[in-house]
Amino acid sequence: MRPIRIIYLLAVAAALLAGGVRAQESSECLDCHEDRELTGKRNGRTISVFVDAAKLKSSIHATVDCIDCHADLAGKELPHADELQRAACGSCHDDIQALHAKSLHGQAIARNDPLAPRCQDCHGSHEVVRVKDARSPVAPLRVPFLCGKCHQEGATVQRQRTIHQDNILENFSESIHGEGLLKKGLIVAPNCASCHTAHSILKHTDPASSIARANIAKTCTQCHAEIEAVHRKVIKGELWEKESHRLPACVDCHQPHKVRKVFYDQGMADKDCMRCHSDATMKATADGRSLAVRPDDLSHSRHAKVSCSQCHSGVSLSRVRACETIVQKVDCASCHAEVGQVYQGSTHGQLTAKKDANGPTCKECHGTHTILGKTDKNSATFPTNVPRLCASCHREGEKAAKRYKGTQHDIIEHYTESTHGKGLMKSGLTVTATCTNCHTAHGVLPKKDPASSVNPKNIAGTCGRCHYGIEEKYEKSIHATLVGKTKQELPVCNDCHSAHTIRRADDVGFKLDIMTKCGRCHEKIADSYFDTYHGKVSQLGYTKTAKCYDCHGSHDILPADDPKSHLSRANVLKTCQKCHEGATRRFAGYLTHATHHDPKKYPFLFYTFWGMTSLLIGTFLVGGLHTILWFPRALQLRRERDKAERETEAAGAAGGAGPEPTDQAAVPETPKTPEAKGESDGA
Amino acid sequence: MAHEPKGVHFERFTRLNRVLHIVMIVSFLSLALTGMTLKFSYTGWARFLARFFGGFESAGYVHRMAAVLMIITFATHVTDLVRRKNREFGSWRALIFGPDTMLFNGKDLREFTGSIKWFLGKGPRPRYGRWTYWEKFDYFAVFWGMLVIGSTGLMLWFPELFTRVMPGWFINVATIIHSDEALLAVGFIFTVHFFNTHLRPEKFPMDLVIFTGRMPLEEFKADKPGEYEELVKRGELEKHLVEAYPPIVLRGIRAFGYTALTIGLLIVLWIIYAMLFAYR
Repeated sequence: MRPIRIIYLLAVAAALLAGGVRAQESSECLDCHEDRELTGKRNGRTISVFVDAAKLKSSIHATVDCIDCHADLAGKELPHADELQRAACGSCHDDIQALHAKSLHGQAIARNDPLAPRCQDCHGSHEVVRVKDARSPVAPLRVPFLCGKCHQEGATVQRQRTIHQDNILENFSESIHGEGLLKKGLIVAPNCASCHTAHSILKHTDPASSIARANIAKTCTQCHAEIEAVHRKVIKGELWEKESHRLPACVDCHQPHKVRKVFYDQGMADKDCMRCHSDATMKATADGRSLAVRPDDLSHSRHAKVSCSQCHSGVSLSRVRACETIVQKVDCASCHAEVGQVYQGSTHGQLTAKKDANGPTCKECHGTHTILGKTDKNSATFPTNVPRLCASCHREGEKAAKRYKGTQHDIIEHYTESTHGKGLMKSGLTVTATCTNCHTAHGVLPKKDPASSVNPKNIAGTCGRCHYGIEEKYEKSIHATLVGKTKQELPVCNDCHSAHTIRRADDVGFKLDIMTKCGRCHEKIADSYFDTYHGKVSQLGYTKTAKCYDCHGSHDILPADDPKSHLSRANVLKTCQKCHEGATRRFAGYLTHATHHDPKKYPFLFYTFWGMTSLLIGTFLVGGLHTILWFPRALQLRRERDKAERETEAAGAAGGAGPEPTDQAAVPETPKTPEAKGESDGA
Repeated sequence: MAHEPKGVHFERFTRLNRVLHIVMIVSFLSLALTGMTLKFSYTGWARFLARFFGGFESAGYVHRMAAVLMIITFATHVTDLVRRKNREFGSWRALIFGPDTMLFNGKDLREFTGSIKWFLGKGPRPRYGRWTYWEKFDYFAVFWGMLVIGSTGLMLWFPELFTRVMPGWFINVATIIHSDEALLAVGFIFTVHFFNTHLRPEKFPMDLVIFTGRMPLEEFKADKPGEYEELVKRGELEKHLVEAYPPIVLRGIRAFGYTALTIGLLIVLWIIYAMLFAYR
């Protein structure tokens, strides 16, 4: 209430002084607004409504009356009401206003985006000066910082709105444009507005935009007017081959905001270097290594068009031996900055940084002057050569294998026998996964590093780069961390498929192994599986009966109570019918993991088993006991019979070769013999 | 010459019974080998046998074909029983309650207690007749076993069909019954039956009578005095007297018998090994 009262009193005083006349003269406005303490209200907030008369006088609008901009005050009694309309820049600058309304900034205003910039946000209000005036916030040198208020890295706009470029201000300031403007003070060097225009800033996808594909050349040629006459690298060979139907735009080669940085000294010609280095016998004085360069090596390499001094930087043109000022080793990262950064973070890079002799540098894998692209079949980094390249250190007995303390051994041999290795080496499929597809080429890190591509957290994504459909299924399965919310370790690709010994899923060995793989975590359930027919047959080494994944699914595995599970009420019958065509719903009631050791869960089986076992034990006890008791008697009978036979034989031999006593007369007498024996036994 | 008896022999088993026993041996050994392979699938032996039979599929095929053979044997025997009832006994009553019945009766109880007494040295050897109680037990053990194992086996063979009527877990129960009853049958036949008929010292190493159907009269007199006396009394002994088989036939029969005996005993050893050292 207080400020209002003050305004009111001041207004009354001003009215009295002015004699209550029209509020038309600017001087009349300033009578009140020159007061530094003067405040007003806008949208419920108290703001200063002080106007610096001096600045206003030196501004480009010095001759413009207040009401020309604050048009809604024309003819109003003073003191005027609090809530005013915005100053109408468009009443004079109507053409600019129209452009701005169509631009991204204008569109943002139209949808009431609180971050949308208005005229004053860039130009200021009462103090607005000419663009060429160094004080102007839109003066060439200040434009990057003005735009940067919203578009520099980390700014709200950059974070909360969809802006496809990042590190805009940083990249610009390091680019040749930024350098010209900000380091060399060339106000003719392009600033943001030079390419994006000042008022009709539009997306590059908008055909009307100055940075649209069709318009970019026109935009660039505002400055580079004769570029077509002097530009020699008209086209990147690669792009020409891939999309021959279209002409490249400037930005296809010269990325926006990063427009060419120069790392090397221009003007040094290769032939100056070759004057000495073409000598095949040239040697370093320090260690005697050859310093000869075969021109052929370079001309066939990927760097055929890169000059010597671009890599061997630090030459001094003024010297006779320009190279004598070179102190740095070749730093590939000066051009391959991103790759270099990734390499720095890798185990290889870390070792090199520690000056460990085992740490491979760029040239260990890529070579030096003979460097070839990975698509060249002669390159060491061509897919079919990658395993051999990595093997040179990682084969058992080599230096990397010696350092390694993990569980993976004979990796090269195993890889060669794996489905990936066979695909690559035997089937010659260059799209097959090689070492680098899983471990990355430059960011190689051990499994336990959370940033590693083979860390359990990342492995699904790594495999999914090729096996995307599988990853998609896996991520929805109970084994995915987002679904199976558990503290236990969940299995990832390599827990079932192994790392280097990956086999085809239809391989017999894999099919049989998988049961023990599942059983590593699902111990009891795997045991009970082996108690049933499916498990028993599998255990004999045959794959036709149902394995874990035949019923549970492999990558899309879900608990049975999930409606999407292969074993849910709705799906289980269909799952059984995959093998058992005539299966009914009752059939699905078969207990695939039944065990007769659990009386609570499977009482029927438990009691059947023990019933049968009792019968078995009982029968054997009775039968066995009977047999054991019988044995001595039977033995006795045998001995007596043998004795009798021996006696008969002896008698027969004594009486000559007489006929055997098979006469029927003997028949009735014989029964007495066993009887008599039995009696004598009993006695 | 005592072991290659010539001259008068007593014919104890009909040709059909002998043939059925041989067929049953073939069928039973095949069933036992292939079945135990599955039951003890966790032993190395099982994997060896599965490969021996040409994989689990053909092992399963052998098992089912042997089962069919067993069912045919069973059916033939039952048909024969009916025929013999009509021809020899006239009525079921005469067959079941006659003196030569296979059913247990008072005489068996007396002979059993008599045997125990004899074993313990407290009485003479009972004068066993046509069928001893252990022979009857063997017969019914097999009879019962065929019904139980056969019916559950069919359930496991055609689970889709049987579960149209029965709940699914019946298959689990059938599995346990089938497998444990089979273990009982195999164990019993290859130990108790083997001892009672072949390995007991009086008959060691093998009683050929089930294959030849005939035994020396002297041996018969000593073994089954009850039956002998009965036959003499009825004057029917002559009807059963036959010539011995020539040595070449006996040699063939022995080769078969010893093979069967060896396989049976090996299976017993394997089961004991599996139960003692690898059971789970």
